[in-house]
Amino acid sequence: MKDAFGAPQTLLLLGGTSEIGLATARRLIARRTRRVYLAGRPSPALEQAAQDLRALGAETMTVAFDALEPDTHEEVLGKVFADGDIDTVLLAFGVLGDQARDEQDPAAAARVAQTNYTGGVSAALVCGTALQHQGHGSLVVLSSVAGERARRSNFIYGSSKAGLDAFAQGLGDALHGCGVHVMVVRPGFVRTRMTEGRREAPMATTADAVAEAVEAGLRRRTEVVWVPAALRPVMAALRLMPRPLFRRLPL
Amino acid sequence: MAVLPPAPDTAPAPTPVSGWGRTAPTAARLLRPASYEEAAAALREAAHSGRGAIARGLGRAYGDAAQNAGGAVLDMTGLDRIHEIDAVNGLVVCDAGVSLHKLMQVLLPLGWFVPVTPGTRYVTVGGAISADIHGKNHHVSGSFSRHVRALELLTGDGETRLVTPQDEPELFWATAGGMGLTGVILAATVELLPVRTSLMRVDTERAADLDDLMARLAANDHRYRYSVAWIDLLARGARTGRAVLTRGDHAPLDALGAAARRDPLAFRPGRLPAPPRMIPEGLLTRRTVGAFNEFWYRKARTGSGRLQRLSTFFHPLDGVPDWNRIYGRGGFVQYQFVIGYGHEEALRRIVRRIGAHGCPSFLAVLKRFGDGDPGWLSFPMPGWTLALDIPAAMPGLGALLDELDEEVAAVGGRVYLAKDSRLRPDMLARMYPRLDDFRELRARYDPHGALTSDLARRLAL
Repeated sequence: MKDAFGAPQTLLLLGGTSEIGLATARRLIARRTRRVYLAGRPSPALEQAAQDLRALGAETMTVAFDALEPDTHEEVLGKVFADGDIDTVLLAFGVLGDQARDEQDPAAAARVAQTNYTGGVSAALVCGTALQHQGHGSLVVLSSVAGERARRSNFIYGSSKAGLDAFAQGLGDALHGCGVHVMVVRPGFVRTRMTEGRREAPMATTADAVAEAVEAGLRRRTEVVWVPAALRPVMAALRLMPRPLFRRLPL
Repeated sequence: MAVLPPAPDTAPAPTPVSGWGRTAPTAARLLRPASYEEAAAALREAAHSGRGAIARGLGRAYGDAAQNAGGAVLDMTGLDRIHEIDAVNGLVVCDAGVSLHKLMQVLLPLGWFVPVTPGTRYVTVGGAISADIHGKNHHVSGSFSRHVRALELLTGDGETRLVTPQDEPELFWATAGGMGLTGVILAATVELLPVRTSLMRVDTERAADLDDLMARLAANDHRYRYSVAWIDLLARGARTGRAVLTRGDHAPLDALGAAARRDPLAFRPGRLPAPPRMIPEGLLTRRTVGAFNEFWYRKARTGSGRLQRLSTFFHPLDGVPDWNRIYGRGGFVQYQFVIGYGHEEALRRIVRRIGAHGCPSFLAVLKRFGDGDPGWLSFPMPGWTLALDIPAAMPGLGALLDELDEEVAAVGGRVYLAKDSRLRPDMLARMYPRLDDFRELRARYDPHGALTSDLARRLAL
């Protein structure tokens, strides 16, 4: 169960090698988390991540999970929930793709959408329903500012996050009053492996800063979290900017 | 796996339930049994559902004691009959859902009072036993269960048992303070306290700092039936722990004026309007609460033998319905611990730390406990108990309270489960040495786990 400060005792991380996800797991283990499931494609990196969390004192299990195979989600994730209550699910998987290449390779572009959006829809539905049966729990969905308004430089990724973001908000409303809290997290540019080598956007942040914001959001039962928080007014302004002007921005 | 929640017009959906602190709400099916048979049926069904049931009274436990995510919560306030009053010997037999408020209404005119009352009369008899509540008279009268002659308990195996401390001491003392986890209390026989009037005769004094306060309490607490001190935890430096002591007893008839003597047992608690539903976050800060505390400390009218209404003395906050709303959406945490006599240094350290952290707490209460009762998970033990309210949104609060837990456990103290919403599970066994016995007894009487709560899940009770 979560305590009065929203600190979970059990965590299911979808995207078990996600840097933001693992940074959050470490933070939560420092508070109350004692049991962690890392769901992801089996790999040495996933096992290593589990090993690292065990060293911090959390009983950690790995679960073979593939966002691109939504048909398996119900069975794979159902087993996790059958083990016992999950207090917090963090949906952290996602791929950035390569915008320039993917524009030439529609199949690759579709895979970005399938991972980030379709995979997210299926996994979030399975988890949302399971949490509803428990009558408690938080579902944290990692979205992105890229989904707030599509930009020339990464609209494939951005559109997939826009879809996921809209879906998660709707799911949050559907689950309102069921004891389940759905939180959408919109980080700006996060310095991680995924963004390595890319030109940093203004107001860049770190995985640890996102983790801190997630922990605070769980405490306050917030519905939407921006990281950094100043991105909220900035994006509100950018949303209203006329297209001809927006198009010319070096974003 | 089932689909998303049904549209509002179909089957009754689980509703969010939270404790008085309004933190960590979870959803459960709220059932309101109107008879013992309905309660038994509800428990049976809950046992089959796999997520169990827990009894709930008036929801005054601050944390998650009367919540049961995904399962059933039995609202016991539907069982509120007073079966029998023995006005000669001072005994009442009543349903578990009867509130202390109702008992006072009915019993005061007959010259009887509840043996123990907490800071609110809006608790049920069942809740009072489950949390083994204490009051300002603990140093004289012990906790509530000491005054319970018998109780009717619906255990998880479906049996209804008459449990007395003589015939079934194990089950009785596991149930006293057992947070509702040994069974659903259906009814109880409670011993009462004779009173001549409904007024209190009260002595009020100020203490300049914590040492002064502790000295005053230790010196002459035994002369009063009721004793408590409000303590300003925001005052720092030389004023750390300054306090207002209020101590007294039920007023004898000759203390009343001629007018009051005409109806000496009248019970007239006043009520103020409730605070609005939506209250902005962050109303209670160091500054606002500090100003309030300053005012409270200065306005205290010191003196002895002043007459007060019973409700003013015991239940000042009951005058404001839903006062817990002033903490806003984020809710609040109450932290109450007890530290044995001889460990005053640990208490001083904790008070200093709370002050240094700037916890905006305006309802801090210090009291001396007398002997504890045999309840396995009963909270009181001889020593000093401090209770304080803190907004849950306060940054760093979780870590601070964890550190205070360490201080408390290190000197053999404990925190109060009826107030708890954040204790670490491994701390529990250090604080409650009979925890293993309690678990073993639960397994015996409730082999299929019909009874459970969020508190039980969080702390692996």
